[in-house]
Amino acid sequence: MSILIDKNTKIIVQGITGKAGAFHALECMKYGSNIIGGVTPGKGGQVFEKKIPIFDSVIDAVDKTGANATLVFVPPSFASDSILEAIDASIDLIVVITEGIPVRDMAEVKTKLARSQSRMIGPNCPGIITPGKCKMGIMPSYIHKPGKIGIVSRSGTLTYEAVWQLTSRGYGQSTCLGIGGDPITGTTHTDAIKLFNEDSETEAIIMIGEIGGDAEENAAAYIKDNVKKPIVAFIAGITAPPNRRMGHAGAVISGGKGTAMAKIETLANAGVAISPTPSEITETLFKIYDP
Amino acid sequence: MNIHEYQAKALFEACNILVAKGVVIHKLEEIPEALNQISSDRYVVKAQIHAGGRGKGVFVNSLKGGVKIAESKEEASALAREMLGNTLITHQTGPKGRKVNAVYFSELLTIDKEYYLAVLLDSVSSQPVIVVSTEGGMEIEKVAEKTPDKIIKVLIDPSLGLRPFQSRYITYCLGFQGKQASQMSGIINTLYNLFYEKDCSLIEINPLITTLNGDIVALDAKVSFDDNALFRHPDILEMRDLNEENPKEIEASKYSLNYVALDGNIACMVNGAGLAMATMDIIKHYGGNPANFLDIGGGATTQQVTQAFKIILSDSNVKGILVNIFGGIMQCDIIAAGIIEAAKAIKISVPLVVRLEGTNVDIGKKLLEESGIEINSVDSLSEAAKNIIKLVNP
Repeated sequence: MSILIDKNTKIIVQGITGKAGAFHALECMKYGSNIIGGVTPGKGGQVFEKKIPIFDSVIDAVDKTGANATLVFVPPSFASDSILEAIDASIDLIVVITEGIPVRDMAEVKTKLARSQSRMIGPNCPGIITPGKCKMGIMPSYIHKPGKIGIVSRSGTLTYEAVWQLTSRGYGQSTCLGIGGDPITGTTHTDAIKLFNEDSETEAIIMIGEIGGDAEENAAAYIKDNVKKPIVAFIAGITAPPNRRMGHAGAVISGGKGTAMAKIETLANAGVAISPTPSEITETLFKIYDP
Repeated sequence: MNIHEYQAKALFEACNILVAKGVVIHKLEEIPEALNQISSDRYVVKAQIHAGGRGKGVFVNSLKGGVKIAESKEEASALAREMLGNTLITHQTGPKGRKVNAVYFSELLTIDKEYYLAVLLDSVSSQPVIVVSTEGGMEIEKVAEKTPDKIIKVLIDPSLGLRPFQSRYITYCLGFQGKQASQMSGIINTLYNLFYEKDCSLIEINPLITTLNGDIVALDAKVSFDDNALFRHPDILEMRDLNEENPKEIEASKYSLNYVALDGNIACMVNGAGLAMATMDIIKHYGGNPANFLDIGGGATTQQVTQAFKIILSDSNVKGILVNIFGGIMQCDIIAAGIIEAAKAIKISVPLVVRLEGTNVDIGKKLLEESGIEINSVDSLSEAAKNIIKLVNP
């Protein structure tokens, strides 16, 4: 009852010796995630937490451990190189937590990614968790509970908000994933909703979006034609002032599609239930879904 | 990061793109010398602010238009005197407008044809896109709306770069021929390279013109850069104009806090951009007005939290504060320590509602309880929003 990760996912952590990398690698291990190696160039041969081997390169780590997933904490100026390294080593799932990677670097990564079999989640995201089985990310563990509702979001903390609303009322999640708030992401809302739609153990879907771009509109088009499962959306940024984040010519490309209101309308027209506030996501879902 | 038109034109000139000859001034006494440097009897006088719509903008002293044509040195000088230090309001500046700290004089060229040319990131394909149109000099949004077929977009694979067939295609679509076609191809190549090498998020020329003697010249220039990439462009960072930014936002950026000033009276301090926006939304939903957007990020320290309080409290409109933290990387005890530290350092004289959830929430709540600071502590976001609105509007 999950998408992308489960108990058998074999994970390495790139940047495991950094402050955030070390802290969250340990947290993931405590949760029961199958962390089997780390990569920090120059520190190959060392050992993390007395049992996890550290390698100089991703290829080496994959050769020695058989890893099929990587969690990336490498700082922004080196992050794209680390992602390219993971794609080159044919890692199936690349989860990038790093915030602040230059757009140009991600544009290059994205073309390489398109020619590979790897899936990337993020960057600038909280990661992915299949409650009770596997956590690859920085989300607080205790708020999650195994269950049948899938959650996809561009925002980290707003995802926690939705998860906590479910868990504190006794309902669990199949998988929760944060796809990241950057202009270029590896996995889109549509990709995640497609996976949830095809997952037999996910019964309902919560989708959280925000202003800018047109990922939510694309998802709406997919939902309209393909999704029969109950689905609720919350879009953040109704009060966000215009012209603060979107450039002048950017508006040409998105053709007036970037505002919260436009996204809400498009989703509602696709049959998605809209939560009026971030606090009412669960209530809105339970109006259309009987768990 | 945005730069001024005159700075963007200097970048263009450095890579051999023709621009209308011009000189910028920052002080009144620089006007005569500047006008002497331009060998023309008619001038364009342009207010330099980081906002579009300058031509149709209005100054607070009722002078209309931030872009004016002057028929003589005297007229150009008089216009510059009115513009400099004045505040220009355009559809992009908001009602408060922007103070004009620089004025740009340029020669007036005779236009044969006008074009639109931009390089930016296409959010759908995640690739750079070159956008051109024969409908130059107009608002491109209006062209997109009324005659979308007059806009041509060419996507560039970033790993291959701009290929000759692509610049040829763009050139011929715009109707250039012969020598002018190769000149135009060269301009497109140069601009794409500039976009790529300098990590631009936008290069926009509207209009790009042909003159009667056949030159292709950038009459206007708008260039902005990816903030995430500024670390590798110290030369670009030097062009940052702090006068164009809100002082509180500058102060916030020194501490890696993401702050945007708004005009309400309920300040927010939140971790994560999405939750920060959602917190503003819910305040509005229950009838309040947010005073700011503030994302303290994923790994804030006690010092950053203290600074965040100082910044939001320096806004005299603020009548209450809502702290909303859902700890992931951010640990609730750090927020609590920051609140206590801030309360010691600066007197928090307005009501404070705190909602903590997530990593180390129990330690955080206990720290706040034991601190003796007057805090309205709640568990849910809707409760937090309702409480702060009640406290601000008793």
